[in-house]
Amino acid sequence: MSKTYHLTTPLSEEDVCQLKAGDIVYLNGIVYTARDAAHKKLVDLLDEGKELPFDMKGAVIYFVGPTPPKPGDPIGSAGPTTSYRMDSYSPKLINEQGLKGMIGKGKRNQDVIDACVKSKAIYFGATGGAGALLARQIKSAEVIAYPELGPEAIRKIEVVDFPLTVINDTYGQDMYLMGRAQYEIKD
Amino acid sequence: MKEIQYKDIVQAIRDCIIYSGTNLPQDSYKALQNAYENEKSPVCKEVLKQLLENADIASNEARPLCQDTGLAVFFVKVGEDVKIKGGSLKKAINEGTEKGYKDGYLRASTCHWDTRANLKDEVGYNLPAIIHFDLVEGDELEIEYAAKGGGSENVSRATVFAPAKGRKGIVEYVKQVISDAGPNPCPPLTVGVGIGGTFEKAVISSKHALFRELGSVNPDPVLDSMEKELMVELNKLGIGAMGMGGTQTVLGVHIEKNPCHIASLPVSVNVQCHSSRHTVIKF
Repeated sequence: MSKTYHLTTPLSEEDVCQLKAGDIVYLNGIVYTARDAAHKKLVDLLDEGKELPFDMKGAVIYFVGPTPPKPGDPIGSAGPTTSYRMDSYSPKLINEQGLKGMIGKGKRNQDVIDACVKSKAIYFGATGGAGALLARQIKSAEVIAYPELGPEAIRKIEVVDFPLTVINDTYGQDMYLMGRAQYEIKD
Repeated sequence: MKEIQYKDIVQAIRDCIIYSGTNLPQDSYKALQNAYENEKSPVCKEVLKQLLENADIASNEARPLCQDTGLAVFFVKVGEDVKIKGGSLKKAINEGTEKGYKDGYLRASTCHWDTRANLKDEVGYNLPAIIHFDLVEGDELEIEYAAKGGGSENVSRATVFAPAKGRKGIVEYVKQVISDAGPNPCPPLTVGVGIGGTFEKAVISSKHALFRELGSVNPDPVLDSMEKELMVELNKLGIGAMGMGGTQTVLGVHIEKNPCHIASLPVSVNVQCHSSRHTVIKF
């Protein structure tokens, strides 16, 4: 039976280890946005031995490229993008930098699932295509790196009760496989 | 000869892009409502509830439904007796696209294939539009528009079968494509299938199939029965809304056919997410 949690970033090992695939989490606090282009730059910085633009320890990264904000709004529509494009970068951030959470949509590869088990991190799913609804839960946004990437720049955002589902937990479980197994009809 | 003003086309396209970006068309909204009613999984039911709520917020507050406001795709039927006054049709469509995406606070998503640099300054805001022209008899101009997101485009596939594969082979192929896609393309989906023609004709037909109204019946009885068979088969995959596991994986299957070369059976599957933003402008 799935449980509901309210968590605040940065996430601790205790926070993430209690979560199981299928649980509902309402997330609060600071989250950083990054898509493929920003991930590539972050990993390049690490390879060059340079400092990252934000502290990755306990951090949560949201895979999103929002629409431009309308005047007076902190951010435009902001739903998750497909996560597999970050698969080649995420394990390094989890295993070596202490990244504790990722928010996106869609399947992750085995390397990411293994990193979530080994170094205790969670892959959360947000509802894709619910960009207007999710933007309501974002109270502030500030570009902190790579403004030249436009929608793909790294933003520091503050979320309030951001609705998430645990897809991959620290025990190697996968909500997509579990859910589908329950409803697939084989002839 | 009918004259249509360049500026009128620009204005109509701009307005239709802004409206489409923030208002889910009625057929898509109704299909989501039906999926919500029929869904057996409580988790997917919650997702579908969020999607309907999202559509209401987007419409009431004029906010983009999704942050992926797509590449702008057009199918244009130009009557031979139509004359555009004040500029070219292609330019008008691109200008209207740029204005619509900019003025509507929609995202500029076109980039260089290699450097991945955004093309908003170099080429234009979310330009170029993807335009398919068709020359027809008469004095009408019909412009079909859809916003096509990247997540669902990335799972789309095409192949050329040997004719022996037949209907059974096509059904199996479509099932495989949707099964492999799983949660990635934001189900529940509209599945466009293009059969026949040459390789590229099948692909373009599968794209055009996505523009058809959800819930409409295919006038070809064979294709209609294939669509109904595929609806059942694809929903049996158990993928459900956002891949959480459920009974409502597809909102519609739309098939278009073309005559084939005697040696080949091209098949293309173009996938559209639950946010099927499409509309038609007629002059």
